[in-house]
Amino acid sequence: MNPEQLLFAKTHEWIAVAEEDGTKIATLGLSAFAIEALTDLVYIDLPAVGRKVEAEQPFCEVESVKAVSDIYAPVEGEVIAVNDALPNALETLGDDPYDAGWIAKIKITDEAGLNNLLDHAAYQKQCNEEAH
Amino acid sequence: MRNTQDTQSIFELSKPGRRAARLPECDVPECSLRELLPAKMVADAPPALPELSEPAIVRHFVNLSTLNMSVDTHFYPLGSCTMKYNPKRNERAAAMPGFADLHPYQPEDTLQGMLQMLYEMQETLQEISGLDACSLQPAAGAHGELTALLVAAAYFRDIGEVRTKVLVPDNAHGTNPASAAMAGFESVTVKTTVDGFVDLSDLAAKLDDQVAVFMITNPSTLGLFEPNMRTVADEVHAHGGLIYLDGANMNAILGITRPGDWSPGKGGADMQHYNPHKTFSGPHGGGGPGAGPICVTKKLAPYLPVPVVVREARVARREALENDVKDNNSRPAPHDSQLFRYSLDFDQPKTIGRVRAFFGNVGVLLRAYAYIRTHGPDGLRRVSENAVLNANYLLSRVAHFLPVPQGRRCMHEFVASASQLKRDKNIAAMDIAKRLLDYGYHAPTVYFPLTVPEAMMIEPTESESKETLDAFTEVLFRITEEDADLLHDAPHTTAVSRPDEVRAARQPVLTYSAE
Repeated sequence: MNPEQLLFAKTHEWIAVAEEDGTKIATLGLSAFAIEALTDLVYIDLPAVGRKVEAEQPFCEVESVKAVSDIYAPVEGEVIAVNDALPNALETLGDDPYDAGWIAKIKITDEAGLNNLLDHAAYQKQCNEEAH
Repeated sequence: MRNTQDTQSIFELSKPGRRAARLPECDVPECSLRELLPAKMVADAPPALPELSEPAIVRHFVNLSTLNMSVDTHFYPLGSCTMKYNPKRNERAAAMPGFADLHPYQPEDTLQGMLQMLYEMQETLQEISGLDACSLQPAAGAHGELTALLVAAAYFRDIGEVRTKVLVPDNAHGTNPASAAMAGFESVTVKTTVDGFVDLSDLAAKLDDQVAVFMITNPSTLGLFEPNMRTVADEVHAHGGLIYLDGANMNAILGITRPGDWSPGKGGADMQHYNPHKTFSGPHGGGGPGAGPICVTKKLAPYLPVPVVVREARVARREALENDVKDNNSRPAPHDSQLFRYSLDFDQPKTIGRVRAFFGNVGVLLRAYAYIRTHGPDGLRRVSENAVLNANYLLSRVAHFLPVPQGRRCMHEFVASASQLKRDKNIAAMDIAKRLLDYGYHAPTVYFPLTVPEAMMIEPTESESKETLDAFTEVLFRITEEDADLLHDAPHTTAVSRPDEVRAARQPVLTYSAE
């Protein structure tokens, strides 16, 4: 996916929203900026399928040689799929963050959280500020 | 020349039949273990221990020790860890047979010297923190955090309040949220501002009657004193919560300000731990034993772990002795042991119970006690003044080539950022840290706190001379000018070069197998 068409959370998740059979599904991953900042990844803790998530609350985590970082859900919903290939191929997150590096799909039950997300330009601006 | 053949694994040096000592023939009847112990308790075969002569063992460990970096061999500016010099007189005090050869089950009357030392340590730590009661029991700083949070939980249970949350700023040590979770609380992160201080609006948004404790490190992990400490304390107290001070950075404020006084008239910190190995020059042992004594306010004292060391006056004796001295001026004043009796008090009905065996890790406490008594109140204040002076001197020199995002002044340590070097030359904080080893300097703490990208947390401590700080600055500068490829492979001169951290984390080999 082209990152310029994605939405971003202040906590560095990217989100693509698609509609399937009348329900909205958010696909989520980590931005290239976040992966770069985490440096070498060693572990990802994927959420269980069926898990209910709340907007702006952590629902899984990723560990690098530097630290353990929470991954936040952008919206309220339910995890309907996770990228099972990731735990044994963490390099995918860095090599292809916006396609093969997707982490989870969430069936949205409340869209309110989408309003707090940034477009690509606004997110880039935040990243530039954080890098200084 | 470095001896490498004796720094192989001790198993590889093993030769069957080698022994350090050969015992004489046994002159009493021998009895098989299998006859003495139930079959399920006896292993099928003895453990595969290495077999070496005594010189081989000594060479092995002495040569290994020369590969190490320590405060006795190198400048060690490891931020947050306060790697100050460990005075050798502390070791002599701790090794005195009156301390070292005691058995914890000895009758109390034969332990009076040890108990007096522990009692005075409690009193001293209370005075330095401005708090009312102390437990020397916790075995490390993080254990102190956990113990204090269990004390807080017991307090709220006792007064009938249900509180579930612990607030922690985002630049705290990772042990803070971990301790909160271990003590059964939900840990909630409070943001800090770009200047590195507690974000008061975020604090206000997260403060409610569910908050049991706000854990704050002050001076913070950025080496900054929280300017809104009083407001933070008052706000948390107004909501019925407690303030926990992570005492990791007490080295900056000894004798200058007391956590218990941070909101004059209203109290400040309600609880804190000390890291005697940082603040009071105990050795940083390879994994222990440590100590993490805690101090608390009066209202929390009943919940402290048992035992606490208490002192009672030998009243009758005291009066008799004092009269005796009055009647006969040539007699010396009565000795402490004639006036007081020290004992371990287990009779605390509201205590959270035991957190450690016997009196805690007294070896570390003894060294800290020796350090405190060596310096005295004025000396401890000078320790902090010099720690802050050294850090500011180093900051003023380093900031010219490694930016320090938060502030032009610091307390005992500061956090520089290699962010710009990373962008411009692809030199990361980790590369600089590894390269420093080649020049004979231990690396600063890197990538912590997480709020600063490419963080390098530098703490010189008061032990270091201006010459050492100047030499370090020059080496640090030289490294930033070096070729990126050279740095990516550093260190080049150590026995082990750069380890594969990803593989070490993902596929750790935790046991050595002789096969």
